[in-house]
Amino acid sequence: MATTEDVKKLAALARIRVEDTELEKFTNEFDAILSYIGQLETLDLHPASCILPPVLRNVMRVDGEPHQAHAYTEKLAEQFPSREGDALSVKQIIQHD
Amino acid sequence: MTKLNEMTIVEAARALRARECSVRELWDACAAAAHEKNPELHAYLEIFEADDAAIESAQKRIDTEGESAQLLCGIPLAIKDNILIEGKIASAASKMLENYRATYDATVIKKLKEAGALFLGRTNMDEFAMGSSTEHSAFGPTKNPHDISRVPGGSSGGSAAAVAAHLCIAALGSDTGGSVRQPAAHCGIVGLKPTYGAVSRYGLIAMGSSLDQIGPLAKSITDARIIHDAISGKDALDSTTIPNGLYGVHKISKHLRIGVPYHLLGEGVDKDVLAAFDTVLDKLTQAGHEIIEIKLPMSTTALAAYYVIMPAEVSTNLARLDGMRYGHAARGETLLDDYINSRTEGFGEETRRRILLGTFVLSSGYIDAYYYKADTARAVLRREYEKAFESCDVIAFPTTPSPAFKFGDKNDPLSMYLEDIFTVTANLTGMPAISVPMGTVEREGKQLPVGIHITAPHQAENSLFTAGSALQ
Repeated sequence: MATTEDVKKLAALARIRVEDTELEKFTNEFDAILSYIGQLETLDLHPASCILPPVLRNVMRVDGEPHQAHAYTEKLAEQFPSREGDALSVKQIIQHD
Repeated sequence: MTKLNEMTIVEAARALRARECSVRELWDACAAAAHEKNPELHAYLEIFEADDAAIESAQKRIDTEGESAQLLCGIPLAIKDNILIEGKIASAASKMLENYRATYDATVIKKLKEAGALFLGRTNMDEFAMGSSTEHSAFGPTKNPHDISRVPGGSSGGSAAAVAAHLCIAALGSDTGGSVRQPAAHCGIVGLKPTYGAVSRYGLIAMGSSLDQIGPLAKSITDARIIHDAISGKDALDSTTIPNGLYGVHKISKHLRIGVPYHLLGEGVDKDVLAAFDTVLDKLTQAGHEIIEIKLPMSTTALAAYYVIMPAEVSTNLARLDGMRYGHAARGETLLDDYINSRTEGFGEETRRRILLGTFVLSSGYIDAYYYKADTARAVLRREYEKAFESCDVIAFPTTPSPAFKFGDKNDPLSMYLEDIFTVTANLTGMPAISVPMGTVEREGKQLPVGIHITAPHQAENSLFTAGSALQ
C-alpha cells in the first residue's frame, strides 16, 4: 500500500511537486499500478539462470573532431533561459550564510 | 484520377515522373488538405510554410534523374513532434519544450532530406510519447478521422490521423510500447516498428532508451518499406544502431509459417475483432501460408514488466529537463525551487506519474523486487519468442483487443496502459513488428478499422512485408 507520504517522498526525489489537491488521486492510482505490476513478484525467476550474457559488440569510432569548434555554440546558447551577452546565468549554488 | 493528397508514395512518385503533377502541386494539395481538416482533427501541432528551395530542388532532381531519382523525392511527409528538424520547434507535445527549437537534424531527417522528401509539419502526440490516445498532449487531443468522437490511438496519433485523413502522403512516428502500431490499427493504416537498432535515434527525444524505435506510418506496405529502407542503417551518432546481417541472414520463403498464440486470445479481446482476425488468417491460408499454434506463456506478464522498465528509463531520460539549459524555466527562491518549479509546471500529469513510478522502481529496497525481476521476465520473454521462431517465420495476433475508444473512456491510467497489451512484447524483445489493416468492426453505426499485428525475428523485416503484402 502506497501512502501519501510515500508519494510526497518520491516526488521530492524526482524534483517535482504533487499538489495537496492531487495527492490522494495520485496515491490511489499509484496503488492500482503497483498492484498490477506486483504480479511480477509471483514469478519464480532467477536472474542468473535466465539472463544470458548479451552478445557483446565493441562500438568503435574514429578518434577525431565530431564537428567544427563553435559550430553549435550560438544555437545552443540561444536556448538558454537567462543570458546577458556571453554570460549564461543560473542561480547561485553555494550559499554564503 | 486519385486526388494528389490521397496518393501513396508509389502512386505519387509515378505521377511526378510521368509529369502528371509537379512537386509544387503535390505539396499544395497536401498542404491545402492539412489546412482544411486540421481545425477539426488537430493532427498537426504546426503546418510548415512551403520550403521553396526544397520543392524546386526536388523537382529538378526528378526532371534530371527521372526514373533513377529516389522514390521519396518530392514526397510531403508529416513528422512526429519528438523528432528534431533543424530550426523547427520540437516540443514532444509538452509545455516543457513548447518553445524549444531544434539545433540540428535527427539522422532520420537528414536521410529523408538527402532523399529529397519534404516536411509538411509536426504532428500531435501524447506528451513525451507517453499514452495511447493523444489525450495526454499538452496542446489538446487529435481526433480519429473515422469517428471524431474517438481517439486516434497514440502516442503517434497525430501522424496516424494525418496519414489516414490524407493530410500527407506518409509520416514518421516513434514506438516505445506500441506507439506506431496501435494508432495505425485505430486509424486503418500500416505502421512499422523496426528491429531495435535498425534505425538511428539520434535526434529523437528519448523516452525509454532500451525500447524506442522510429518507424513509418503509411497507406501501404510498400510505402512503409520505402521509408524504412530510407531511414535505416548504422549511424556513428547512435551506438545502438546495428549493421546488416548482425542476426544472420533470414531466408524468406514465399510461403510463411505463421504462429498464432491462441491461448492469449481468450479473455479481453472483442468478439468481432477476433472474427476479423480469423477472416484474415483464412486469407493468409488461401495465399499459401500455413497457420501453426504456438505458446508464449510469459506474454501475460509482459505488460507488467514493461510498466517497470519503461518508467525507470523515462524517469532517467527526463531528469535532464530541469529548466537550466533549455525548456520551460520557472524561478523560485533557491536553485532547488528552480528545478522543482520548472519540472512541475513543465510536465503534464501522466509524465509526472511515470517519473514517480520510475523513481519508485529504481529506489533502494525496491530495485530487486521490481526492476531486476522485470528485466529477468524480459529475458525469458525474448527466449520464448526465439524458441517459437524455430517452428514459425512470423507470429500474428490482433494489434489491439478493441477498436478505437471514445475520449475520456479510459480515464484511469491502468485501463489506458492495457491498450498496449499486445504491442509491448516487440519492444521488450527488440523484434520488428508491423500492424496492417484487417477490416472494420461496427460501433454505434460507425465502421472502425482494426489491425493485425505481425512480429518477426530480429532483422527479418522482409518477412513482415511478405506477410503484410498477402493482406492487401
